[in-house]
Amino acid sequence: MPKRWIQRDEKPRRWLLSERIFKYATAAAGAYVLAVILVMALQLGFESAPIWEEEGAEFIFGTDWNSVPGRESYGALPYVLGTLITSALALALGFPLSIGIAMLVMIMPKRLGRPLGYLVDLIEAVPSVVFGLWGLFVFRLYFRDYVEKPLHDTFGDSIYLFGGTPFGLDILTASIILAIMIIPTISSISREVMSAVPQQQKEAAYMLGSTTFEMFRMAIFPYSKAGLLGAAMLGLGRAVGETMAVTMLIGNATGANAMVSSLFDAGQTMPSIIANEFLEASPVGLHTPALIGIGLILLGVGLSINVAAHFLVGRMVKVNEGPVH
Amino acid sequence: MRAIAKQERRATPELEPQRRYKMVTENVNVYYGDVCAVKDLTMKFPEKSVTALIGPSGCGKTTYLRCLNRMHDMTPNARVEGRVLLDDADLYDKSIDPIYHRRKVGMVFQKPNPFPTMSIYDNVVAGVKLNGVRNRAILDEIVEDCLNLAYLWDEVRDILRKPALELSGGQQQRLCIARALAIQPEVLLMDEPASALDPIATQKIEETIQELKKDYCIIIVTHNMQQAVRCSDYTGFMYMGKLIEHGETKQVFERPTDKLTAKYVQGQFG
Amino acid sequence: MSHENRQQKRAEIRAMFKSNVRRRLWVDKIMVGAVVVCALVAIIPLVWILGTAVYSGLPALSWAFLTEEPGAVGAGLISIGPAIQGTIILIGLSSILGLPVGILGGIYLAEFGGGGWLARQIRFFMDVFIQVPSIVLGIFAFLAVVLILGHFSVWAGGFALSLIMFPIVARATEEAIRMVPWTYREAGAALGLSKMAITLRIVLSQAKKGIITGVLLSVSRVGGETAPLIMTVVGSSVFFEDMDTPMDALPLRIWRFSLQPYDEARIAGWGAAFTLLLIIFAIHLGVRYFFMQEHGGKGLRGVLHLGRKVR
Repeated sequence: MPKRWIQRDEKPRRWLLSERIFKYATAAAGAYVLAVILVMALQLGFESAPIWEEEGAEFIFGTDWNSVPGRESYGALPYVLGTLITSALALALGFPLSIGIAMLVMIMPKRLGRPLGYLVDLIEAVPSVVFGLWGLFVFRLYFRDYVEKPLHDTFGDSIYLFGGTPFGLDILTASIILAIMIIPTISSISREVMSAVPQQQKEAAYMLGSTTFEMFRMAIFPYSKAGLLGAAMLGLGRAVGETMAVTMLIGNATGANAMVSSLFDAGQTMPSIIANEFLEASPVGLHTPALIGIGLILLGVGLSINVAAHFLVGRMVKVNEGPVH
Repeated sequence: MRAIAKQERRATPELEPQRRYKMVTENVNVYYGDVCAVKDLTMKFPEKSVTALIGPSGCGKTTYLRCLNRMHDMTPNARVEGRVLLDDADLYDKSIDPIYHRRKVGMVFQKPNPFPTMSIYDNVVAGVKLNGVRNRAILDEIVEDCLNLAYLWDEVRDILRKPALELSGGQQQRLCIARALAIQPEVLLMDEPASALDPIATQKIEETIQELKKDYCIIIVTHNMQQAVRCSDYTGFMYMGKLIEHGETKQVFERPTDKLTAKYVQGQFG
Repeated sequence: MSHENRQQKRAEIRAMFKSNVRRRLWVDKIMVGAVVVCALVAIIPLVWILGTAVYSGLPALSWAFLTEEPGAVGAGLISIGPAIQGTIILIGLSSILGLPVGILGGIYLAEFGGGGWLARQIRFFMDVFIQVPSIVLGIFAFLAVVLILGHFSVWAGGFALSLIMFPIVARATEEAIRMVPWTYREAGAALGLSKMAITLRIVLSQAKKGIITGVLLSVSRVGGETAPLIMTVVGSSVFFEDMDTPMDALPLRIWRFSLQPYDEARIAGWGAAFTLLLIIFAIHLGVRYFFMQEHGGKGLRGVLHLGRKVR
């Protein structure tokens, strides 16, 4: 921005002062976010220090979870794994769907594509807790009877993943709801990323006689690879932090019981254990520090996924800014 | 009526009747929304020749060229009327998918647009692979042949596996020509292929065109009148979406029949 | 290679090209079908959820349901009065705490920071911060407010929600201000106004629509948040008493209902969900309508993906 704001001869002093105050006030408001992130990380670290001192690496790699005073033992591994597995499953299910939707919106005439895009975006507006309610009272019952039971009856004995008791409150149900919830994030970003592919690239593919789908494969996907990866990472970040719907559907096992052994087992994720136990944790003892420690891990995972995602999406845009050569 | 008939005759002269016409357009109109960008254009392109389309910016040259390849299909709100015949088959026949025709009509765009993530080799064979040819030896042969035709082989023979983006702008454009040639088209459309290039690269591309015209029907849009004189056999002059004059290049530049053409080729406007 | 050779070769290669076009067009059609299925798979749950909310939630609605305190389950009356009140209070409080910071921060990014180092960092971390798991913000508010004040409070909940709100508002404000043509600022400068006056009186009033849209969308996001409320306002079954006590909120109430094994609770849960969806969708559709008139819906997509926008 050019620095050519009025240089009047008789600048009243008060003006200058208020100008400066205004500028610093806005800068402070902007820098607030940096302060919040810093203070948050420090505070979570400080408040969870007792658990790190007590358990050390055992806190990340242990599987015990006992909050009875005197026999306290905390290991977050089942929840870390639960988060990673549900998120990865959700991504595996949601990513192809999202790319498909983004492709459909791109190949449809604008008149139809725009409302479809909007409809998909509306999924994002549905609160997590409503997703949970629907999953708990509606989806779970159908899913249990028409998908999980047949799968279990057919493959339960031979395939390890389909063992367990289909009850509807398990890893798979939670992952499917998560997949639906991350679709709007991934599809809207991948749509933007794919629309940023220059028209000349698409024309080059069409010129060679490609069909629409071959054009995507030849021109759009390779060009927007990094951005699509970034979109997937943002979806993953969303899935990792998602709390309510997962809490209501994952079955809430604790400790070693929460170690994932089958898709039809109850599990637990980092956000859900916090949501379930934070209020019950006694102020003395290690329970609260343990939950805060999980929060710290969650913050670390969430921040690193999103930082990586933004770098990828940002790089994609940089490629677009310059000419091809 | 007489006047119209007369004008039509002037617009599409019988160019050496013994020559076969590869491509013919009849009364083509192109609209962007309500704006008519190309008006009632009737033109014939003989095989094994170069036809240049000249005219001031915004006269509809590129728009017209793009409808010879059905490239407007992807532009929302663009509409094409009239008939475009390739060997007597209508390109705009609704029952035939455009990709049947696009295989026969190659196109080189104004800006070089190689696929940035592919190697030089893969860029050339991208279209060939679509057509189901997978045999390594044949692909190698096509790559060498097409790069040779585009005067690029000597420069890239040792770096075929490198990304296309490592080439210079002129080399990229010649790579795009090679890519268009690899699908063995019958017609080659070139949209100001040399506009972004330096004089040496331009010269190379013009040499390429001279070589290619022994086989192809080439239609080239150009801003540069010297280029049209140097490398074309026929020239069409367009103005405001209409074809003003069409004839042998020598005649159009030396003895134009239309005042507007005369003014333009003498550099009085444009 | 002689000309004839070349011609012959070309014919050979052409002959080699398989006439696979028909098959490829079929593949193309199948792919189109597949992506249509993708869209359906995403849309069906949305329609299903909304349908269930209307079908199961509407019968639960009554004046008493919306305005009274929830009685004990089995007493024949479950109401969500305090929850609605609490959600409104929380939205108000988080707006008071979050909007000034958000709007000022947006002004900094658009007017003062430009492409400088600090502005780039702020922009980047705002985009990242929007994605921080909301339950972590809840823990932070618990540590920073509840522990320090010594009790659960409305303040803590409002603070946690304001952390969700301000980066969204800041980025929307930045985008909106960037849309204001430079000439407006020059006109202000020509009148001899200071930069502050130009920004506050001219630029902000021009960017009003974009900012309001961002604010409303952030409100709709905050209104549905549950996780950070668990450890801050906790929930309650009576109307608001004062700022230093626990309070109820719609999403919290829905969660509580879902934990109770009674049919009444299930129906009340859908009633509450219907109410919450009604509020949120009213904001969304209102914003869309509001924007459609001038921008043909164009600016909307950008605003909808605040912070996730590709820049």
